[in-house]
Amino acid sequence: MSSTDLTSLTIAEIRDGLTAKAFSATELTQAYLASMEAARALNAYIVETPEQALSMAAASDAKLAKGEARALEGVPIGVKDLFATEGVHTQAASHILDKFKPNYESTVTANLWNDGAVMLGKLNMDEFAMGSSNETSFYGPVVNPWRKEGSNAPLVPGGSSGGSAAAVAARLCAGATATDTGGSIRQPAAFTGTVGIKPTYGRCSRWGTVAFASSLDQAGPIARTVRDAAILLKSMASVDAKDTTSVDVPVGDYEGAIGQSVKGLRIGIPREYRLDGMSAEIEALWQQGIAWLKEAGAEIVDISLPHTKYALPAYYIVAPAEASSNLARYDGVRYGLRVPGEDIASMYENTRSAGFGHEVKRRILIGTYVLSAGYYDAYYVRAQKIRTLIKRDFDLAFEAGVDAVLTPATPSAAFGLAEMTTASPVEMYLNDIFTVTVNMAGLPGLAVPAGLDKSKLPLGLQLIGRPFEEETLFRLGQVIEDAAGTFTPSKWW
Amino acid sequence: MSVDIATVKRVAHLARIAVTEEEAQSFQGEINAILGFAEQLNEVDVEGVEPLTSVVAQTMKKRADVVTDGFYADRVVANAPVSDDDFFVVPKVVE
Repeated sequence: MSSTDLTSLTIAEIRDGLTAKAFSATELTQAYLASMEAARALNAYIVETPEQALSMAAASDAKLAKGEARALEGVPIGVKDLFATEGVHTQAASHILDKFKPNYESTVTANLWNDGAVMLGKLNMDEFAMGSSNETSFYGPVVNPWRKEGSNAPLVPGGSSGGSAAAVAARLCAGATATDTGGSIRQPAAFTGTVGIKPTYGRCSRWGTVAFASSLDQAGPIARTVRDAAILLKSMASVDAKDTTSVDVPVGDYEGAIGQSVKGLRIGIPREYRLDGMSAEIEALWQQGIAWLKEAGAEIVDISLPHTKYALPAYYIVAPAEASSNLARYDGVRYGLRVPGEDIASMYENTRSAGFGHEVKRRILIGTYVLSAGYYDAYYVRAQKIRTLIKRDFDLAFEAGVDAVLTPATPSAAFGLAEMTTASPVEMYLNDIFTVTVNMAGLPGLAVPAGLDKSKLPLGLQLIGRPFEEETLFRLGQVIEDAAGTFTPSKWW
Repeated sequence: MSVDIATVKRVAHLARIAVTEEEAQSFQGEINAILGFAEQLNEVDVEGVEPLTSVVAQTMKKRADVVTDGFYADRVVANAPVSDDDFFVVPKVVE
């Protein structure tokens, strides 16, 4: 098989090919390492780990030879820079974690390696996962492998998991780990024609994942197909004693759910997601998704989630508040960058001033402000009460018999690099308008590619499920994928 | 509600982030834009609503109060910018 053929295989096909000895794990890893080297213009990887990859691939070949292949044996994976990887660059794409190499492994990545996956390197992202375009990275922006038809202008891959999404779309890894606090898996997946799932809060352990907003952060995979996302989530998810918010529910058979009929499932269409000024293309995509699910036997019901419009402003109180607390640990003492000062306070101030980028500093300042005396009740407590109401909206819909909710994933296709530089932060935040409710309510959300816009850029739909019923999302997601097909950018890099 | 420059500087000091005059001005505008966006939260009637503390209804897991990890100070300080004999080194704090 040629190198291009190898990197075109889905994870399910890799599994079959390795078992049938059509190629070796080493050949597959070599093919990916070559494609990564040729794609450095995309800036998807911050660090490539070829030696580690080849040694893990050799170990996989030995397992395969003995007939002891594990669930992800020999599957080459890219890892978002937010996950601690032992002895390897882990900096959340921030300058403040300069030279940090943890001597421990995150639970999510440990689960992947225990299942035989191969690590290709660390993927670029928005600094501390704060951003919707991957432009806040200390390592520079990631370029989307997709371009508008007839244009060479670079586009953003979305964020914060922009490196993960771009690498999967450009075939620089078979699948990637990602994280989602307000849409950071689903929005970049939609911008790159890939599949991304944010599982239920508590499904994947947060241990060893650099914290942004602890009550919202969840890890999940980005992959090229619904089935591949199911295969990856099965390995990433676990019940972990090291994370007290890890929930004691057995990990489901996600792949087994694929192909099961969706006949009779009730799909809620929330009227509040039909925004004023929403583009006709997004509306048409949504209607197409509704038609596909109806054709497959699902029942479509109109629902109301009345507090939807308050999710985004409430999120931009809650998430910065938690971030300001989580990021207090970067003080130039225990790890990362230190910038000297005349005393310890100025050392802290100089270190944090030089180490954090503008977006991160702004969020820390907002968080500090809304938690400060006199404002705590007016902002933070009120936002947390509204969060209760947002969750209640979903609870009531599910109690009324809705099995899943279908919405657009993003309000538009990918935008141009630097196009939003002069926009107000609020405009950038609007990218997350359809995804952020899901984090606020702790629910699982799947973004699945559903079509192309008039410039031939991918657009995605989002399926939102009941807590710990990811299986339902994979069943429905496969129906959309079967109808829409999969989407691959043409190679220009 | 909106913040003035003095508040931005005070909050930056609380957050231990040194800011220049120019940065403080830029942050002031951006923070006010976000606080302005959050104003709409005041439209919502939250009377009698409990603030959400956990999205999953489960009691926090507890474990026995025993040592399960540790005894490797060298690994703990391995990433410190300055360390000496398994201690973190900081500028003098007490005269």
